[in-house]
Amino acid sequence: MNIQVNRRSLLAGAGALSVSVVLPGGKARAAVFGADKRPPLIPQNLSSYVSINADGSAVCYWGKMDMGQGTDLGSAQMVAEELDLPIERVAILQGDTGTSVNQGGASGSTGIQMGGTALASAAAEARFQLVQMGSKHLNIPADQLRTENGAVISKADAAKKVTYGELIGGRWFDTQLEWNNQIGNALFVKGAGTRKPVAEHKVIGTSPLRRDVPPKVTGSGDFVVDIKVPGMVHARVIRPPVAGASPVSVDEGSVKDIPGVQIVREQAFLAVVAPREYDVVKAARQLKVTWSDVKPPFPGNAKIYDHIRAAPVLMKGGDKPVGDVEAAFRNAAKVIEATYEWPFQSHASMGPACAVVELKGNGEAVLYTGSQKPHFTAEGAAAMLGLPKDKVRGIWVPGPGCYGRNDAGDAAADAGLIAKLTGKSVRLIYSRADATGWDPKGPASVHKARAAIDKDGNVTAWDFGSKGFSRLDVNSNESAPHDNLAGQMTGVALKPTHIFNTPEESYGFANKRKTWETIPPLLDRASPLRGAHLRDPLGPQIHFASESFIDEAAFATNTDPVAFRMKHLKEPRDLAVVKAAADKAGWQPRTAARKQQTGDVARGQGVAYAQRNGTRVAVVAEVEVNVRSGKVWARKVTVAHDCGIIINPKQLTMTIEGNIAQSLSRCLHEEVKFNDKNVTSVDWETYPILDMVEAPESVEIVLINMPNIAPSGAGEGTMRPFAAAVANAIYDATGVRIRQAPFTPERVKAGFV
Amino acid sequence: MEGDAPVCRKRRDPVAKIDLNVDGKAHVIDADPAMPLLYALRDDLGLKNPRFGCGLAQCGACTVLVDGVPMRSCVMPVESMTGRKVTTLAGIQKDGKPHKVQQAFIDEQVPQCGYCLNGWVMTSVALLESNPQPTDAQIREALTGLKCRCGTHISMLRAVKRAAQA
Repeated sequence: MNIQVNRRSLLAGAGALSVSVVLPGGKARAAVFGADKRPPLIPQNLSSYVSINADGSAVCYWGKMDMGQGTDLGSAQMVAEELDLPIERVAILQGDTGTSVNQGGASGSTGIQMGGTALASAAAEARFQLVQMGSKHLNIPADQLRTENGAVISKADAAKKVTYGELIGGRWFDTQLEWNNQIGNALFVKGAGTRKPVAEHKVIGTSPLRRDVPPKVTGSGDFVVDIKVPGMVHARVIRPPVAGASPVSVDEGSVKDIPGVQIVREQAFLAVVAPREYDVVKAARQLKVTWSDVKPPFPGNAKIYDHIRAAPVLMKGGDKPVGDVEAAFRNAAKVIEATYEWPFQSHASMGPACAVVELKGNGEAVLYTGSQKPHFTAEGAAAMLGLPKDKVRGIWVPGPGCYGRNDAGDAAADAGLIAKLTGKSVRLIYSRADATGWDPKGPASVHKARAAIDKDGNVTAWDFGSKGFSRLDVNSNESAPHDNLAGQMTGVALKPTHIFNTPEESYGFANKRKTWETIPPLLDRASPLRGAHLRDPLGPQIHFASESFIDEAAFATNTDPVAFRMKHLKEPRDLAVVKAAADKAGWQPRTAARKQQTGDVARGQGVAYAQRNGTRVAVVAEVEVNVRSGKVWARKVTVAHDCGIIINPKQLTMTIEGNIAQSLSRCLHEEVKFNDKNVTSVDWETYPILDMVEAPESVEIVLINMPNIAPSGAGEGTMRPFAAAVANAIYDATGVRIRQAPFTPERVKAGFV
Repeated sequence: MEGDAPVCRKRRDPVAKIDLNVDGKAHVIDADPAMPLLYALRDDLGLKNPRFGCGLAQCGACTVLVDGVPMRSCVMPVESMTGRKVTTLAGIQKDGKPHKVQQAFIDEQVPQCGYCLNGWVMTSVALLESNPQPTDAQIREALTGLKCRCGTHISMLRAVKRAAQA
């Protein structure tokens, strides 16, 4: 039989896949290869990554997950390529601790870059092993065999062949790989089998369609919120009205009319459960709680940048400086400088996080989660359940798109704690206010840039410094209680990491310095403003500043912004994306803002570029600014994108399109508002995102394929330079330099005064 | 606040028998008449596709057609559904085949996470019923107010135009 890729039937096997062997057509096997049971699920075993079904199709096991960008499909294509199978015959199972080793989940756009690459390497070894088996089966030396379409074939006589299914179908590879001793993103394995040369690629570079699309569009697929387990109760959490407060007393009488309600309380953590979902919705709203009186912890969003500037520095860092920056500034004919500001932003995921914890009654549990890192998240739930981590199976189920460390990990830990305290299986879903108000946030920051210019108008020094909140008050891995709200609310010792980043680019200024400073969090425990990874952590804010300032430096030296970048960028791939975007967009050179205005509408064009972990992206935005309302419309967007070899051009294009719209949303609209007591951005009215009427009229994407360069990520690269391209276009349209995000009508209009 | 209006009503008997017609099938459920339709669809009828996004009628993840009109099921008291026809994403298929809007969304590979899809697909279905050949501006206007966090707006515009030509 085939290995079913259905999650529920996998569960029936309690973590292990067991299959019987029935050969197609009842053909006898010449020799028995492999193992009849799956060897232990450890990184060294080839069976941990790939198996062959009785019909000769393959299953690969991916310790990551895909939330709709097609990186699972891309990874399956890489496996199909190495196995010489058509993509239709390769299934991929993902994000399940019961079937895959921990490859770090979705993280840093490494789905294909690291996750797919590790699977492809394992698949190359699988093909090597299949050829060895074929050699024994056919009694032909291995070097006289080739593989094609799921069969090992004699190079001399195509009639002499054996299919993968005949060799090991329904059984398991029992050989090992060299493992680099890393788990998570960096996990890599290698065997004797080598990857195919690019010239022989048949599957990589094609665009098969995603398999998750039809069930999503017809409503037949499960999301986490659809998971039901026996005996489960529904849960809702109650967050404090003033951040940092704890419940002093809870009036049980306030919910006594609701059947089956149970109040769950542990230190600052408070939740309600009930057998029926709507009952718990009512209970969460009705429950009367007296909260501790705490000093309001926040300065309010209006004062956040002054707070950052004045705050003590907790940690400093930066890149190795180039040349003598101070001397260059001393000798400058002219110095320009500017300061840029970026607010806290929310993940504001499409649905509030949901987690289901099923207690199996034997000291084991299963976590169903939409988190991007199910392997780590299951450890986080285990910690709250008080169970050893190997007793909690984590199963990723599609959830609302999760672009970083959103509220999903907190929901899993909360559900674990509620299950422990009630002894019941639990499905927890947050309210919208829990989700937008209390998710971990992309941190706010201030960026100061300076450039020294000599008497001939050359930039002689570049000095860029950021100061802001750390991006890792809570870690993305969600495995430790101190990284989850439930842990923080129940008093575990805190363990934040203080870290910021610098711009990623290849400008060859003779003297160059890039530094950062982090400041203490506004509230160190259970804060609704805890810093965490939000899609391209710190990338949009840093490159909004650095690439806006490149524009300022270009104009200060009487140079066209594209020409300035072409003059100073050093890496050929960077030059290529800038040129490609400018050419495609029909870039019109200028050495000052053009301020092209017709009636109330001013039109402009702006460019920006950045690197991201191997990927290079340039964006040209064309905007219309209504000078009466201050409203900005990015009418046309052009992106040139180089992420090495392209695995699936269609899904890459769609991923870039998603980046464009989400970037536009972040730079035009998104700012977490808060007063002295708490976050006040708690829904879609108070935290607006891009609306359909604001979507660009046209999008042009230039994919630059680099067949001989390993694939790098595409999930975040476009997000990095995007805001600066829009700000630079606003400047070209109006002569107004916007140095604070988001570019709201009020802020743009204020620039006209 | 989440759906305050339906919840705050005081009733002597919190549970009543309520008739529902969903995707062409008749159902009778025991429910608080003030309960939003969404909970009846998901919890009482076991339908998966209308999803909770905000409980505030702000995002559209819970959208169903009520007598052909897209409505936000997260704020509509279930008692107000008596005598009306509710259609969900799963109910617009005919003979097991996706509706032309669904097919266009598949062909254009629109959804990323897919959590928001009810709103976009159901609103597009209703738009094309009333205006089979909408302009770009009319499509944008019809879909305004719906939320998509993955940023699939550009492909959604392509998909609705494709469905209009199907």
